Amino acid sequence: MAETVLLVGTRKGFWLLRSADRQRWRLEGPQFLGHVIYHVVLDPRDRRSLLLATSTGHLGPSVFRSQDLGGHWEEAATPPAFRREEGGRSVGHVFWLTPGHASEPAVWYAGSSPQGLFRSEDGGANWAPVAGFNDHPSRRDWCGGDQDGTPDGAKLHSILVDPRDPRHLYLSMSGGGSFESHDAGADWRPINRGVRADFFPDPYPEFGQDPHCVRLHPARPERLFQQNHCGLFRRDADGGDWQDIAPPAEADGTRLDIGFGLALHPRDPDTLWTFPMDATDVWPRVSPGGRARVLRSRDAGASWTTLGNGLPQTQAWLTVKRQALCADAETPAGVYFGTTSGEVWASADEGDSWTCIARHLPEIYAVEAAHPA
Amino acid sequence: MRVTVRLPTHLDLYTGGERTLSLTLAPGACLRDALAGVEARHPGLRFRIVDEQGAIRRHIKIFVGNAVATGLAQPLAEGETVMVVAALSGG
Repeated sequence: MAETVLLVGTRKGFWLLRSADRQRWRLEGPQFLGHVIYHVVLDPRDRRSLLLATSTGHLGPSVFRSQDLGGHWEEAATPPAFRREEGGRSVGHVFWLTPGHASEPAVWYAGSSPQGLFRSEDGGANWAPVAGFNDHPSRRDWCGGDQDGTPDGAKLHSILVDPRDPRHLYLSMSGGGSFESHDAGADWRPINRGVRADFFPDPYPEFGQDPHCVRLHPARPERLFQQNHCGLFRRDADGGDWQDIAPPAEADGTRLDIGFGLALHPRDPDTLWTFPMDATDVWPRVSPGGRARVLRSRDAGASWTTLGNGLPQTQAWLTVKRQALCADAETPAGVYFGTTSGEVWASADEGDSWTCIARHLPEIYAVEAAHPA
Repeated sequence: MRVTVRLPTHLDLYTGGERTLSLTLAPGACLRDALAGVEARHPGLRFRIVDEQGAIRRHIKIFVGNAVATGLAQPLAEGETVMVVAALSGG
């Protein structure tokens, strides 16, 4: 079994959780104490390079790189920034990091708030805006105004690279919907047919939806899964419509189809996990009824199982953000989530049972599982 | 002309803890030139103070002497002290 490492980004710094057997975990850190860490990702192409998206108070955003799991860090010489223009935008924070295609080992993508797309071709040292999106004539329509974003700023996230074609890219925005490009980001079009936006007069608009997390499985790259503000959706074919894959509400009316994150199985493209949260009245965004449960489907969303063994079932008001639910690559797969109350929970048996492996951390923004070389 | 730039602790990551910099600038230099001098000594620091549109970041104030600078074009005088103040607030 390879070492499993969890990369934990929080509102107050970066921590590592390390384990050789996924039973005993060692917490290392903090690094960047006091800095806001939005996302930390190990490059799956070399399993050595770590990229970290941060901002510090009001000092603006940046990206740091490490080649030794955080032993040493180097800041990007040119962090993600919008093109300079009269009345132009400035990046508030870098929110999302995605490694490029396997055939482009130095390429990375970053998504920001306000919504922008950036690309690096040198391993994250220098970043340039992707003009095809940031300056797209429809961008203002797609992104909406400030009021359309999440409370701490509209996000561009879920940047996906089709493993069949490095020029085929996806991105999603809260709010704005999901978009794809077939020409390496030169042009984009909305791909939201079938995704509900029940907060609008037209509940099925061309764009404007609020995807929270969109994932693509490399073993079945024509399919996308989506955890949305309004439910769970799956799209099975290039150019196809999205299907509603929400589980039925429970007997007492509790909905389980609302949350932020969505994790896919490392090998089985039909298995996925979500973390349901309360979306009644003012959208409390905590475990419904104070019962912490994970939702798993083994058949691509046709049916779902609620998993709570080991998770607190009373007075547990957990919130899990969209980068804070993930799976590792082991057999059986490990599943992990981090909470805004600073706990990391782990399952080494695909969600059947759960253990808390870290607590008392700051508000967790991101948990990514990795197996370093 | 010589000016002194005083930096907050927030920027120790860039300066290694050096919080007072003495810069030699051309006669008639402005605040923008002082920040360029700081950037030359500590690469990456300027972008923490000024965003990509050339605006002083929100919640950062730059004092020239005892007055808040109105913009990066503000001229500096011989012996002037420039002080960068960064707010960090909230829990």
